[in-house]
Amino acid sequence: MNPNKGQSAIAKRIKSTVAEGKDMRPVSRIVQSTPPSGIRRFFDIVSTMEDVLSLGVGEPDFDTPWCVREACIYSLERGYTHYTSNYGMLELRRAISEHLYKREGLYYNPENQLLITVGVSEGMDLAMRAILNPEDEVIVPEPCFVSYQPCVLFAGGKPVSIPTCVENGFIVKPEDIRNAATTNTKAILLGYPANPTGAVAPREILEEIVSIAQEYDLYIVSDEIYGRLTYEGKHISIPTLPGAYERTILLDGFSKAYAMTGWRIGYAAGPTEVVEAMMKIHQYTIMCAPTMSQFAAIEAIRNANRECEEMVEQYNQRRRVIVKGLNDIGLPCLMPKGAFYVFPSIKHTGLSSDEFCEKLLFEEKVAVVPGNAFGKCGEGYIRCSYATSLDKINQALERMARFVARL
Amino acid sequence: MIDHEIIRILERDARTSPAQIAVMIGKSEEEVRKSIKHMEEAGIIRRYKAVVDWERAGVERVFAFIDVRVSPSRGVGFDDVARRIYKYPEVHSVYLVSGDYDLRVVVEGQNMREVAFFVAEKLATLDGVLSTKSSFLLKKYKDDGVTYEEPEQDDRLAVTP
Repeated sequence: MNPNKGQSAIAKRIKSTVAEGKDMRPVSRIVQSTPPSGIRRFFDIVSTMEDVLSLGVGEPDFDTPWCVREACIYSLERGYTHYTSNYGMLELRRAISEHLYKREGLYYNPENQLLITVGVSEGMDLAMRAILNPEDEVIVPEPCFVSYQPCVLFAGGKPVSIPTCVENGFIVKPEDIRNAATTNTKAILLGYPANPTGAVAPREILEEIVSIAQEYDLYIVSDEIYGRLTYEGKHISIPTLPGAYERTILLDGFSKAYAMTGWRIGYAAGPTEVVEAMMKIHQYTIMCAPTMSQFAAIEAIRNANRECEEMVEQYNQRRRVIVKGLNDIGLPCLMPKGAFYVFPSIKHTGLSSDEFCEKLLFEEKVAVVPGNAFGKCGEGYIRCSYATSLDKINQALERMARFVARL
Repeated sequence: MIDHEIIRILERDARTSPAQIAVMIGKSEEEVRKSIKHMEEAGIIRRYKAVVDWERAGVERVFAFIDVRVSPSRGVGFDDVARRIYKYPEVHSVYLVSGDYDLRVVVEGQNMREVAFFVAEKLATLDGVLSTKSSFLLKKYKDDGVTYEEPEQDDRLAVTP
């Protein structure tokens, strides 16, 4: 009997496609039109090289505090390996609620105003999908974290980017937001302290942004993942500002404060309806954040705050060293007030960001990230991370000095 | 003059230069030098030294923990006996501790015999020492906040957003 005799039309088509090397029908238009992250391309080059000193890492160099890792191991030993509530474990939500109340004076009901997410990345995606209708616009100040615009696009919205400049300390001008606002604008996306610039917006500007949001009835989606890493004064959490609480989706997590990037655990806090909407998407797509990470997060938020403070002290010391070092070698940069990045200008070298980074990598084996990966207005800048040991920062600065002197 | 941040930096790496510390904490080099000098003179910073893994250096050294029960003497408590013990160069450290014993003494020698001899001949015979209990150190995992395993590698991806 001929085994191919009963073959269906589809199976034949698959077979002929594979055999002839024909392409499948193209993937979604939105995905196609979204450019790959500029960081990815650079990562591919770096990963082929050895002995690279990297100032390109966007995560803490510290390991997760031991008490947190131990709490996770213990939870596994006890067999706590099942699903949790879609919202996340109530105990964790209560701990976060208490934490926000103590630190910021904010009250979020752990029952329905807090959602445990797979990092802020998921929180951002959920927030966009929960609030946007097709063609809704979201105002996104740049340079900004690489996923903001794609999250808006994947949710069917339209990102409206607002460039910021070094003269304003890379802080968005409220009047630019006002000028960009239309009847289609649904939300403003803020991320202070900022990746890649380390910028922290002052209270007056934030208050003005909130009043614009009130005027145009906009949501504010605030990514405060670097909030604990604030070096001059206390972090200003957006929902603490007058009129902001009821329209703000606060996104935060454990990755940066407690050096827990790989655990993929964060949370969203906001008005009940929005959090419920986000939970609905989360329920169908994720079910719940990893249970073991939730156990770890409970320990972190309750008992790893001293470790957090120790890390912040060291970041702060490195921050001063790298800023002085870069300015001394002729790569002017502002003193960042938060996160663990500096964003020096390379404009006077005559090289583009990409050229500078590639040349620096090939000639001196130092990896930094081209500023344009974070938005067009990041061109002419590079992002240097100081989430690496002081020793390595000093070595990298030496190499960069040599490199710049040769240009 | 007492600057806790400077102390923490030096505790982490005693070779950090005053110039570097000045940048790290946002003070002038002069201020940092003054503060360090003050803390050295005031006995806050006792000494700078290397943390050595002697085993890796191929040098045989024996450590033993000696728990010592002492009868305290009027007026000076345990201090007098403790002082008599720590004067010996073989004694690495002496602590007053709570529990069944009073002093915990760390003794160092070139071999077990030397340490045993020290305990039997010098320590146990001191006036005021009632009894001793010795445990020899077999392996050091962590000492003074420093682990003795292979140094950890940075295994993060070289470039991430």
